Amino acid sequence: MKQLISFIQKEFRHIFRDRRTMLLLLGMPTAMMILFGFAITTEVKNINVAVSDASHDERTRRIINALAENEYFNLRETASRQRETERVLSDGTADIVVVFDENFDEKLTRGEKAGIRLIADASDPNTAITKINYTTSLIKGVESDWATSTPSGRIIPNVRMLYNPQMKSAYNFVPGVMGLILMLICAMMTSISIVREKETGTMELLLVSPVKPIYVILSKAVPYFVIACVDVLAILLLAVFVLQVPLLGSVVWIMVISFIYIAVCLALGLLISTVAHTQVAAVLISGVALMMPAMLLSGMIYPVENMPVLLEWLSSAIPARWYITAVKKLMIQGLDISYLWKELVVLSFMAGFLLFVSIKKFNVRLQ
Amino acid sequence: MIVADNIHKNYREVEALKGVGFTVNAGEIFGLIGPDGAGKTTLFRILTTLITADSGRATIDGLDTVTDFEQIRKRIGYMPGKFALYQDLTVEENLKFYATVFNTTVEENYELVREIYGQLEPFANRRAGALSGGMKQKLALSCALIHRPAVLMLDEPTTGVDPVSRGEFQSMLERLKRQGITILISTPYMDEANRCDRIALIQNGKILTVDSPDKIIASYPDSLYAAKSDNNYRLLGRLNERPDVKRCYVSGEYLRVTFNTEAVPALDGVEIKPVQPTVEDCFIYLNSKRNNL
Repeated sequence: MKQLISFIQKEFRHIFRDRRTMLLLLGMPTAMMILFGFAITTEVKNINVAVSDASHDERTRRIINALAENEYFNLRETASRQRETERVLSDGTADIVVVFDENFDEKLTRGEKAGIRLIADASDPNTAITKINYTTSLIKGVESDWATSTPSGRIIPNVRMLYNPQMKSAYNFVPGVMGLILMLICAMMTSISIVREKETGTMELLLVSPVKPIYVILSKAVPYFVIACVDVLAILLLAVFVLQVPLLGSVVWIMVISFIYIAVCLALGLLISTVAHTQVAAVLISGVALMMPAMLLSGMIYPVENMPVLLEWLSSAIPARWYITAVKKLMIQGLDISYLWKELVVLSFMAGFLLFVSIKKFNVRLQ
Repeated sequence: MIVADNIHKNYREVEALKGVGFTVNAGEIFGLIGPDGAGKTTLFRILTTLITADSGRATIDGLDTVTDFEQIRKRIGYMPGKFALYQDLTVEENLKFYATVFNTTVEENYELVREIYGQLEPFANRRAGALSGGMKQKLALSCALIHRPAVLMLDEPTTGVDPVSRGEFQSMLERLKRQGITILISTPYMDEANRCDRIALIQNGKILTVDSPDKIIASYPDSLYAAKSDNNYRLLGRLNERPDVKRCYVSGEYLRVTFNTEAVPALDGVEIKPVQPTVEDCFIYLNSKRNNL
C-alpha cells in the first residue's frame, strides 16, 4: 500500500511539474468548450435576405416587417427587381431572396393562390435548407395570424422542436466534447506516461523491482482518473453557466456513466502503451485509432443514422458513441436512468473487457 | 553467484548472442568488456530477467531467470545503461521513490549508500535532470543500492562520465565488494578491466575469453613492440607490407607491432621498443584469431 501511495504521488508530481501537460489537461477542456460553444456552431444566424416585391401591398409589407424584426435575419435589400435576383445572390449580398408575385394581396383575398418564391444560395446545401426552413416558418407564422383574423380554413403545420427548440448546437456539442476530452486525457495521456518510462529506461528498473505490475498500472491510472473527473465537472459547469445548456437529468448518473467511460479510456491507453515503444508512436496511435473515430463516428458531428450500414455497424464499437448518447439523454432530454440501460451495459462490458485484456497484456518483461 | 550457460538470443535476423557462457563467483567484481554492439546490454537484460533468452539458461544465486524471476527481482540491484532516473523529480525524491519501490526506506540502508549519496546531499532538492553526468551516475548507483542487493549489475555505468568520476566510481565498487556484494559491470573501455577481479571479453555475441586481467595479459603469445616515426600513417602502410610483420595497428601515439621473427628488424627513422601488452591488445589478438579461424 505504501508502495502504491508513493507511486501515485510520483505520478502526480510528473503531471504537476510539466506545465504543458497541465495546460493540456485543464486548459484544453475549457478551450474546446468555448470554441465549440461559440465559434464552431452549426446554428444558422445572420441570414442575409433580399426581397423582390412586385406587389407592394399590406400583406407583403407585413411579411417584410416580420423578416426585418427577426433576430436571425438581416434584411439587405427590399426593392430589388426580379432580374437582379442572381446578382444579389452571386455577390453575396443575400443568402436568400424572397420574391412575391404581383397582386399578392388581391389574389389571396379573392381566394386564389398567391405565390412566394424563395431563392437560396445552395452552395452549402445543409445551411441553405436550414435557412429556407427558417424563412418558411417565419412566413407561415405571419400567415397564421391572418388565418385567425380571416376565417379561411387552411391547415398550417405546427412544427415544434423538442428538447432543443432553438436548435442550439451547444446542446449537441457538450456531450461530444465530454466524450472527446475524456478520451484524450485518459487514453492518450496514460499511454504517453507509460511509454515515456519505457523511453527513459525507468520502466526497466520498475520491472526489475519487486513492484507488482498492477501497481504500475494503477498508479498511472489514478491521477488521470482524478483529473478526468475534475474535467467532467468543469465541462458541466461551463455548459450550464456559460453556454446555458440545461442540465435536466441527474448529475449523479452523469458522473456514474462518466466513471465507466473513463475506465474504458484508461484501458485503451494501457493497451496502446503495450504496443507503442515511443511517445510519438503513442500519440499517433491514440490520435488515429481513438480520436478520429471518436470525432467522426460517434455521432458528434455526423448523425450515426445517416452513415452507411458498414460505418454504422463500426460506430457501435466506438465507446464515445455510447457515452455521448447517454450524456445527451441524461443532460438534454432529462431522461430517467431506466432509458439508459443499453448504454450502461455496453459501456460496462467494454470497460470490463478492455481492462482485462490490457492488464493481461501488460508485460512483466521488456519484450 | 551468476551463471550463464550457452545463451542464444536473436532479434529477428540479427544474432545478438551466440552461445554465451560464464560464471561470476560470489563477492567478486566481474567485468564484461567489449565494444558497442557486442551484446553486453542484451546479456544484462537476460540476467536481470527483463527479456528471456531464446535458448540456454541463466541463474542468479541458483534462481532461474525465467521461472524464478520474481525472487531474482528482489535480490538484484540494476543500473541500466541510460541512468534510469526521473528527470523531473529531485535527487531526494528519486532515492526515496526507489527505496519504497523496493520495500525499504532510505534510513534503513543509509549506511550502504552514505559514501556515495553523501556527495549528492548538498543537491538534494535539485531535479535529477539538472545533474552532471558524474552526479547522475552516483544517484543511479545509490538508487540501485538502496535495497542492499546481493548482486549488483551495472550496465556501462561509466559511459558519458568524466575520468575523475570514473576513478571515484571504481573505488566505490571496491568498497561495495568488501561489503560482500557480487558485482557484474559492463564497459566498452578496456582500461577499466584492471579494476575487475575477472573479466569476460565479448565481441559479436561471443565470449572471447574469461579470466583475470593478469592471466589474460600473460597469455598473450607474441612479443609486442611499440613503434613510432614522424609519420605514423605512412609507417603503418610500410609495416603492413612487410612479410615479417605479423600484426600492426594504431594505439594512441604509437603503433603496436608483432613480428613473425624473434629478432626485430632495424627500420630507419623508426623508434621501436618492447612493451607490455594491455587488455586491449589481448582483445585485438583474440578477436583476429577468431576471425581467421
